[in-house]
Amino acid sequence: MYVYDEHDRQMAAERVAQFRDQTERALAGELAEDEFLPLRLQNGLYVQRLAPMLRICVPYGMMRSDQLRRLARITRDYDKGYAHFTTRQNVQLNWPALEDVPDILAELAEVEMHANQTSGNCIRNTTTDQFSGAQSDEIADPRPYCEVIRQWSTFHPEFAFLPRKFKVAVNASEHTDRAAIQVHDIGLQMVRNDAGELGFRVHVGGGLGRTPMVGPVIRDFLPELDLLTYLEAVLRVYNRYGRRDNKFKARIKILVKALTPEGFAEKVEAEWQHLKDSPSRLTPEAVQRIQAYFTEPDYAAVDNATDLLASQRFENRGFDQWLTHNVDTHKKPGYAIVTLTMKKTGTPPGDVSDKQLEQIADLADEFSFGEVRVTHQQNVVLADVRQDRLLELWQAITPMGFGTANLNTLTDVICCPGGDYCALANAKSIPVAEAIQRQFDDLDYLYDLGNIDLNISGCMNACGHHHVGNIGVLGVDKKGQEFYQISLGGSSHHDASIGKILGPSFARDEMPQVISKIIDVYVDKRTEEETFLDTYRRVGIDPFKERVYA
Amino acid sequence: MPNVISPDGSIRQDNWVVVPRPAEGESLDIPADQPALIPADLWLAGYEHFTGRQDVGVWFDSHDEPEILDGRVNELPVIAVNFPKFSDGRGYSIGRLLRERFGYVNELRAIGDVLLDQLQFMKRCGFDAYVLRADKDVSKAQKCLNFFSQGYQAATDTDIPLFRRRAS
Repeated sequence: MYVYDEHDRQMAAERVAQFRDQTERALAGELAEDEFLPLRLQNGLYVQRLAPMLRICVPYGMMRSDQLRRLARITRDYDKGYAHFTTRQNVQLNWPALEDVPDILAELAEVEMHANQTSGNCIRNTTTDQFSGAQSDEIADPRPYCEVIRQWSTFHPEFAFLPRKFKVAVNASEHTDRAAIQVHDIGLQMVRNDAGELGFRVHVGGGLGRTPMVGPVIRDFLPELDLLTYLEAVLRVYNRYGRRDNKFKARIKILVKALTPEGFAEKVEAEWQHLKDSPSRLTPEAVQRIQAYFTEPDYAAVDNATDLLASQRFENRGFDQWLTHNVDTHKKPGYAIVTLTMKKTGTPPGDVSDKQLEQIADLADEFSFGEVRVTHQQNVVLADVRQDRLLELWQAITPMGFGTANLNTLTDVICCPGGDYCALANAKSIPVAEAIQRQFDDLDYLYDLGNIDLNISGCMNACGHHHVGNIGVLGVDKKGQEFYQISLGGSSHHDASIGKILGPSFARDEMPQVISKIIDVYVDKRTEEETFLDTYRRVGIDPFKERVYA
Repeated sequence: MPNVISPDGSIRQDNWVVVPRPAEGESLDIPADQPALIPADLWLAGYEHFTGRQDVGVWFDSHDEPEILDGRVNELPVIAVNFPKFSDGRGYSIGRLLRERFGYVNELRAIGDVLLDQLQFMKRCGFDAYVLRADKDVSKAQKCLNFFSQGYQAATDTDIPLFRRRAS
């Protein structure tokens, strides 16, 4: 994992001092509210429905145990003893006091954390696959490139006041996309060209929100070392020509659409010609230097524990289910990737208490070289667990509430904080997630249904990624009443697509029944091999419509 | 006379006036006894008349294209860029283009909704003179220009990004 050097430490400290000064000036009335707004947003601070909300950055989802423990302490000392994992692999505090935020940021800086650019019209946290470095089918470890992008985008003087927020994601797996890159402002797919050289396929102009779009490819192959100069060219074209007259048309996707992907790509290429040979071009040494922070942990030379696991599974059905659903194959023999699910029914998806944060830290130290990854599905991954210790781990996490074996099933809901916390929301989302989780409480039935992404957002801003849920739920406001609109057929994976709206929206208490009817259609229509998405794509939306609105 | 802030935070006065774009059918109202900044396209349109004058500079608005001055930038003693609203970041790109692409070496002035907390970005993007919005406290400019001792990326102030400095 990346470790700060004196430069990073110095800038982190300077940033805290700057924000302390800005906060003092704001509290003294020297900064008008609209002047302080972008400054606090770029330090992670929103003013929300009930209290300020602080979004703490977890660069590309990676955290160490000491950082988790510090977060736990901060939630105790400055908040109500819990935190929330977000759909951008970040962490949110829901109740900090405005005047305490500089102190919180100082405490974070001590453990190499920050809240830089977690909000505002700037380049946000770069996200990636939570299995990076541990899976066998990746082109290269994407995390060093995420770190390269993090450093380049941090306090970038030209791009601090973009037309709108800007999100970059990197994916390195050939066969899966856990980073949802095609619905990002820039999505970078790592590839090798015919000569075997490393590079990126560049998607620009994907996104969710009011106008969901799958990002078109604007460059098939960008050589590895050209990464930053090319990003700079894309951002400069966007900064200069993106719309600023209408907030809802200000994302880069609107510009790409207006210019056409080809027209946009031409403008970027023209700009890039001036930048590509500048000193901002990466050097092999610079990349290697960052890569050196992401070397393999000190794996033991062990074989796969196939026989041991087989007998443990045989003796324990719960362990068997968990192994099947929440544990993934590792590139190293004898190791496994474990996902701790934060989706226990009755707990808002992604919420963790201070105690649980400390438990996760202890688990990381005990089982996974002291590191964890936060996923955009709001779960936590222990990426390097020995197979012969899986049973011990499962026994430890079950009482903690992290062992619900529902990963990637219908009840592994992605859900924004919604109207319970968020000032932007039109409707609550957490109670909808909970009602659906209660409706589908039979694990065997969930397993029979297979992988289904159910994503819930409380408003158009789509923090719950509802457009790319196989089943998407969007909270809407109808004359002051909370209603929920359903879309079907979305996907955030390699086969990315935007879901189609089913029809008129429903009241909250109707939702579990409506979801049941949708699931029933799938069960009736599916062939043996089909996932929910396969069936939907084959039969279309009509059979679902007929059943739900019958 | 406006207070003009330098990158080191020091303050001086000068009497450059920003001449607004004339309304349709009106002509430019350039003061006789003061140096003046006029819209860049109008300077170009009156090139024969204005060229060589050290008391006439130009200003760009945030949606203007600095490309129109390519090859002629150094004929101007002052170029100003207007920030119509502090949250409009286009001026930063204009600054870098003028400096880094077109090689402009004379004064680059930030005008308009120029606030203390944006000075650091202006400085890194090649601006070397800042006219703070009138209600802001110029005495705090020096502090706000110097919160950071370095940056990660190359910009106008340094073409060497941190990853190259680390390597050396």
